[in-house]
Amino acid sequence: MLEPLHVMILSLAMFSVGVLGVLLRRNAILILMSIELMLNAANLNFIAFAWAHPDVAGQVFALFVIATAAGETAVGLAILIAVFRNRSSIRVDEIDLLKG
Amino acid sequence: MLKLIGLIPVLPLVGVAVNGLLGHRMSRRAVGTVACAVVAASFLLAVGAAVELAGLPEHERYFRTEVATWLPLGPVGPEGEALRIAWGFALDPLSAVLMLVVTAVGFLIHVYATGYMAHEEGFARFFSYMNLFMAMMLTLTLGSNMLVMFVGWEGVGLCSYLLIGFFYDRPFDARTGVSCADAGRKAFLTNRIGDFAFLIGMFYLATTFGTLDFREVSEGIAGGGMGHALLAAVGILLFFGACGKSAQVPLYVWLPDAMAGPTPVSALIHAATMVTAGVYMVCRMNVLYAHAPEAMAVVAGVGALTAIFAASMGLAATDIKKVLAYSTVSQLGYMFAGAGVGAFAGSMFHLTTHAFFKALLFLGAGSVIHGMSGEQDIRRMGGLRSKMPTTYRTFLVATLAIAGIPGFAGFFSKDEILWGAWASGHRVVWAVLAAAAGLTAFYMFRLVYLVFFGGFRGTHEQEHHLHESPRSMTVPLALLAVLSVVGGWIGIPKALSLGADVNVFGRWLEPVFAAHGGEHGSGHGVAQELGFMALAVAVALAGIWIATEIYRRREGLAERLSAALGPLYRMVRNLYWVDELYDAVLIRPFYALCHASRGFDARIVDGAVNGVRHVTIGLSHASNAHDRWIVDGAVNLVGHAVRGASWTFRRVQTGLVQSYAAAMVFGVFVLLVLYTLAR
Amino acid sequence: MEAQFLMFLALAAVALAASVMVITRRNLVHSALYLIVTFFAVAAIYVLLHAEFLGVVQLLVYAGGIMVLFLFVILLVERPGTGPAGKPMRWHAAASGVLTLLVAAILGAHFLRSGMAPPGGTAVLGASGGNLETVSLALFRNYLLPFEVVSVLLLVALVGAIVLARPRA
Repeated sequence: MLEPLHVMILSLAMFSVGVLGVLLRRNAILILMSIELMLNAANLNFIAFAWAHPDVAGQVFALFVIATAAGETAVGLAILIAVFRNRSSIRVDEIDLLKG
Repeated sequence: MLKLIGLIPVLPLVGVAVNGLLGHRMSRRAVGTVACAVVAASFLLAVGAAVELAGLPEHERYFRTEVATWLPLGPVGPEGEALRIAWGFALDPLSAVLMLVVTAVGFLIHVYATGYMAHEEGFARFFSYMNLFMAMMLTLTLGSNMLVMFVGWEGVGLCSYLLIGFFYDRPFDARTGVSCADAGRKAFLTNRIGDFAFLIGMFYLATTFGTLDFREVSEGIAGGGMGHALLAAVGILLFFGACGKSAQVPLYVWLPDAMAGPTPVSALIHAATMVTAGVYMVCRMNVLYAHAPEAMAVVAGVGALTAIFAASMGLAATDIKKVLAYSTVSQLGYMFAGAGVGAFAGSMFHLTTHAFFKALLFLGAGSVIHGMSGEQDIRRMGGLRSKMPTTYRTFLVATLAIAGIPGFAGFFSKDEILWGAWASGHRVVWAVLAAAAGLTAFYMFRLVYLVFFGGFRGTHEQEHHLHESPRSMTVPLALLAVLSVVGGWIGIPKALSLGADVNVFGRWLEPVFAAHGGEHGSGHGVAQELGFMALAVAVALAGIWIATEIYRRREGLAERLSAALGPLYRMVRNLYWVDELYDAVLIRPFYALCHASRGFDARIVDGAVNGVRHVTIGLSHASNAHDRWIVDGAVNLVGHAVRGASWTFRRVQTGLVQSYAAAMVFGVFVLLVLYTLAR
Repeated sequence: MEAQFLMFLALAAVALAASVMVITRRNLVHSALYLIVTFFAVAAIYVLLHAEFLGVVQLLVYAGGIMVLFLFVILLVERPGTGPAGKPMRWHAAASGVLTLLVAAILGAHFLRSGMAPPGGTAVLGASGGNLETVSLALFRNYLLPFEVVSVLLLVALVGAIVLARPRA
């Protein structure tokens, strides 16, 4: 019998994988992909709760998250292109202008 | 019209949008026209609303409109009422007064600025800031609850900062190396100190009454809903906020430096409107203060102290705008003293007339500076009377008004405050204020004599360029000069009108202030009132006479006097070293504290990695230092520790996104642990 | 019901394995392809949980739109020689790994302890075979304003992306 708890555990696992990707990989594109993983994990929770309660509001929210993610990716990738044009690199360990 | 009062603060925002977004593509004429037009529209709307308000029966003169719910908050009140804060605007006789003053004076200054700023860079930027200021000031004025007022309160602070630092790339004070941008920061930070107290006072009111609406809070206080001691504390906290905004002791230090901004800014923000916001707020909360005599005493005391203290600093200043700045601080002290002795109507009356004549003084000074090609030092002016006749005449009118010469606006409003102080038994306050009036008359006439009389003391080139200002500047001067005379006639005291009740202003504000019977003068004869009036005039005339003797009649007397008074003169000339005192007592220890805490942080962060090495080195350092302790003292050790610590700590700011992200995850971890422990 | 659970287990395994592959591949194109696999698996889970419309949207927007964008940018930006190497960050890596696992463990413990009621009826979510009607009614009745705001947000993001990526003239 499938329970919301199972989906939540899957979501937690995927989210942690995404966090690890953000923290450990130094390629900015991969970091953006990891963020997509985290957003998907969050969406899984929305859908699971919508299914469990049941209330369609969760699905609407997931839809909004997808839309926001699309905008975030577009802007993020555009920033990457701009950074790459200036510095010929998108490795986040080489971009440290804020170093104190 | 009354229903449209929500539009009054919004209209200038249209100007902000147009000039801010498109201004750099528009001609200067178009920018100026837009900026003036939106303010004029606000003014017309304000007049319409005020006329309609006046048409209502006296005790129904209150109109509130709510644009939207802003913050529907949870339970905060003592009985768990929900706090709901709306974007509300309210018009009553009190806010109507300030609204009219702000829009009228604001409009004239906008027109003036189109001429004054004609040759400056950033014309559109200037006017979008000015329009933003008008929007924020009107929000402050019309807000129906404290939080909306606070939005305006902070908004005008922001505009003040932006406009003081308008010439952000120019130096302001060569002696101290302060730039215009520094002056803006100083104003902003000093205001923050006051705002903090203001916020705390507001929180107290919100948690006690479950509302922040002015009317409901006032009713709650009148109904005895707040303990006496707490009421006094809240009154003092709010007043401390007003001290920041209205430049009272001890937070006045920013206003003289605020003169770094363009002169129309000084006239509009730092003389006529924004700095009076504190007075307005105290008058707005008059019910609170009436129920908290201790807070009233603090207001009166600080006001009177500021009045005389700032006036004395105006005696020796040599920058034309700084003289006026100290004068503004001093006059604001007057207004607070008036409010503190219960003469709220007199305080608002002085606020109104002061807005007229002080704006006129600043604009006149701006005209002089404009004509002198940017020169601000009165020691290098002189004899401008013939070269700039309109400026001279209007400046003289304003000077007579501020000195309190009968017939001019300042006389009536000052008299109302002085008489209010005496009649309510505040004899000391009266004496201090009367002395300040004498000083005011003295330094204002000193200014007039040094600028407009005698021989020209500037360079040849300046003399060559000397000219009267364009019409866009002289017309507002003339209009303000008229207001500086007739503005006082709306509040002629009974004693002078042979008993006829012609004090229109006082009667207009009665519904707001009558709640606690602020009626003064009962039990005192008309003869006594006239006597004190004459005494005040005599003090002012004495001030003028002394100024005439020193600066007109006797050559060289000024120099001999300042030499004879040696230390006293130096003390005043250096503004009692208050800035230096704050630097030594507050700013330097603050920096030291920052350094110390930075070192503290560093040791914890770095401890895991370099701990052993550091402990070893630290121990040997310590033993070494201990050996030399008697010789060198602990100073060296502290210095080394701070430097070493800061060197290690800066490595925490790696600039790498991922270390920041890891810090975020660590934060989540800490929160989770706390959550788990708390369950 | 058992069939639903077994399918979920299979899909979850695919999604998780693919997402691990995403963050471990050296070659970015491989990562992107595994990400697509993850998206497909997640979309299938949506369908399993009676969110058919969301499943379709997930495929259209993510697998169809966002991934194409990713692949384009990878082709534009990635060059031979910009691969791995660089200073190792052992401290950072170890700390990050431990932290993440700790956070996940604490959260998981909370989840398990609190549990969650088994799902109620699915009638509210619409008949099986598609819940387009339910979602669209909710979207255009109760959430119309947020919906419009999101569309403005997308427009702003679009303009912003173009401005950012445009070569300086």
